[in-house]
Amino acid sequence: MARHILRRLIQAAAVMGLATLVAFLLFNYVGDPVSNMLGQEASRESREALRAHLGLNDSFVVQFARFSIHAVKGDFGTSYRLQRPVADLIAERLPATAELVLVSALFAVGLGVALGIFTAIRRNSWLGQTVLAVSLIGISLPTFVIGIGLIYLFSVILGWLPSFGRGDVVHIGWWTTGFLTASGLKALILPGITLGLYQMAFILRLVRAEMLDVLGADYIRTARAMGLRETTINAKYALKNAALPVITIIGLKLGELIAFSIVTETVFQWPGMGLLFIQAVSFADVPIMAAYLFMVAFVFVTINVLVDLLYVALDPRLRSREEAA
Amino acid sequence: MSNQTAHRNYLWSRFRASPIAMTSAALTVLIVGGAILAPLLASQNPFDPAALNLANSLLPPSWLPGSDPHFLLGSDDQGRDMLSALLYGSRISLLVGFGAVIFAAVIGVTIGLVAGYAGGWVDALAMRLADVQLTIPAILIALMVDGLARATLPQETHDAVAIYVLIFSIGIADWPQYARVVRAATAVQKTLAYVSAARVMGVSSPRIVLTHILPNVLTSVMVLATLGLALAVISEATLSFLGVGMPPTAPSLGTLIRIGNNFLFSGEWWITLFPSLTLVLLALAVNMLGDWLRDALNPKLK
Repeated sequence: MARHILRRLIQAAAVMGLATLVAFLLFNYVGDPVSNMLGQEASRESREALRAHLGLNDSFVVQFARFSIHAVKGDFGTSYRLQRPVADLIAERLPATAELVLVSALFAVGLGVALGIFTAIRRNSWLGQTVLAVSLIGISLPTFVIGIGLIYLFSVILGWLPSFGRGDVVHIGWWTTGFLTASGLKALILPGITLGLYQMAFILRLVRAEMLDVLGADYIRTARAMGLRETTINAKYALKNAALPVITIIGLKLGELIAFSIVTETVFQWPGMGLLFIQAVSFADVPIMAAYLFMVAFVFVTINVLVDLLYVALDPRLRSREEAA
Repeated sequence: MSNQTAHRNYLWSRFRASPIAMTSAALTVLIVGGAILAPLLASQNPFDPAALNLANSLLPPSWLPGSDPHFLLGSDDQGRDMLSALLYGSRISLLVGFGAVIFAAVIGVTIGLVAGYAGGWVDALAMRLADVQLTIPAILIALMVDGLARATLPQETHDAVAIYVLIFSIGIADWPQYARVVRAATAVQKTLAYVSAARVMGVSSPRIVLTHILPNVLTSVMVLATLGLALAVISEATLSFLGVGMPPTAPSLGTLIRIGNNFLFSGEWWITLFPSLTLVLLALAVNMLGDWLRDALNPKLK
């Protein structure tokens, strides 16, 4: 087992190293950082001074090492467009994205697992069939189309919910939260559903498939033949065994929530990191792009490693096989 | 009757027996056909600024009051006929979709064949590379590549080559899927007797891979490519919607939805609705076709 974990950690380090390298290449070689900071009209002397100050005359290895150390400390330089430290901008935008992703994840996992179990147990009822059919549409709808549709229905026609922004937020230290005000909570509903709907439908179909697989197994038939109650069979034997693959895939899907928060934040003008990033892409604001790439890679790698450890912890077969080998 | 004809007849009879497959195929043919024949079907060329008249802007669909019968599905803020914009827009969306799928498949299949046949460190290196790339969602990779192109190319150049940048960035994000499947299939084929026989007869390795192994792994590539087309069309629409895809002067379905989104609150819903509907129907039809193909070609389900 130790070898398994070690191998995953090495792979994680490789991903991080690669992401840092790409971020570094972006930062140093796309466009000219000196003219981006000083403008085209700067004098030759001030250009040379800034080049020396930024260490652009050092060797590739030295520059990369310096960039990596700064990145680990959270220092990504100054945004070309906004003329502010990237670290400050990200700290400002992080809470909005974190809260949005949290709400979507709870919605997707909670409803997806519940409906997945329901459609598996009541697979022949009309309600189960309807839910399943609707979920197929759920996985074919692009995120931004869902967002636009929800805005049109609930903001334009019905006027119940806000179509953009976070509402009122409360400051707790450097963190801002929308969980403590009525308008903040209302503002979370539509973006939360938009971001989570695809994953919800996906999890629903996955849980259903795994449950059906397990419910057809011999030990379930044996349990039934022994006269155990149907609820005991479903909860204690079927669900437990169906949970393993579901947990792994849900973990990986959470990474996708972060990626697609870019789309949701654009539709709802949600002031998070995704919106910051997409604006940076449109204006070729390289320091923000590099910082976003580094942070997102870090989150993905962390999720991947955690899911892997969880998998080993939950599956006794995996542990014994590794020990035997 | 040869083996291949029998196989084709079998697929055809299964296709005829499945109403879902036939409906999805009809819908796909309708949208793809409309896109191909756009210059013949459309009443105006929406990419030609000279053909547009601002006096015709924001007209509602023809069944609503205040409409113009020449604009069947209404018009947008530039005075573009929505139906013509849809036909031309689907053309761009599908062009990017097919281009990206072919690009991803060619890279993925090549890497998969080489990795599966060569084995050893080549195999290990290629598969670890695929693992690393799969850690990061495809849409993010496409965004990064697009951002890179935007940062290195001047604006006008970028708009002119936007379609190639999109094909490249979506295609490059998708190759690991093909590489994994083809590599697994190749590794199995390699151990079969016909390959050893060919090798004993002195057939060269590239020739074995191209003429003997490749045809045997193409079935799984076809299923992946069909499902990949739906994904690529959605990716293109997403990038264009985010404003980093096709420019407004040559709008794809995603660009049209982005433009229409600005008019949602003033009540001009048709600019968003029709392209969204076309996109969703196209994705749904191609997805269902891909699902059906996968089941029909799966020997376990025969």
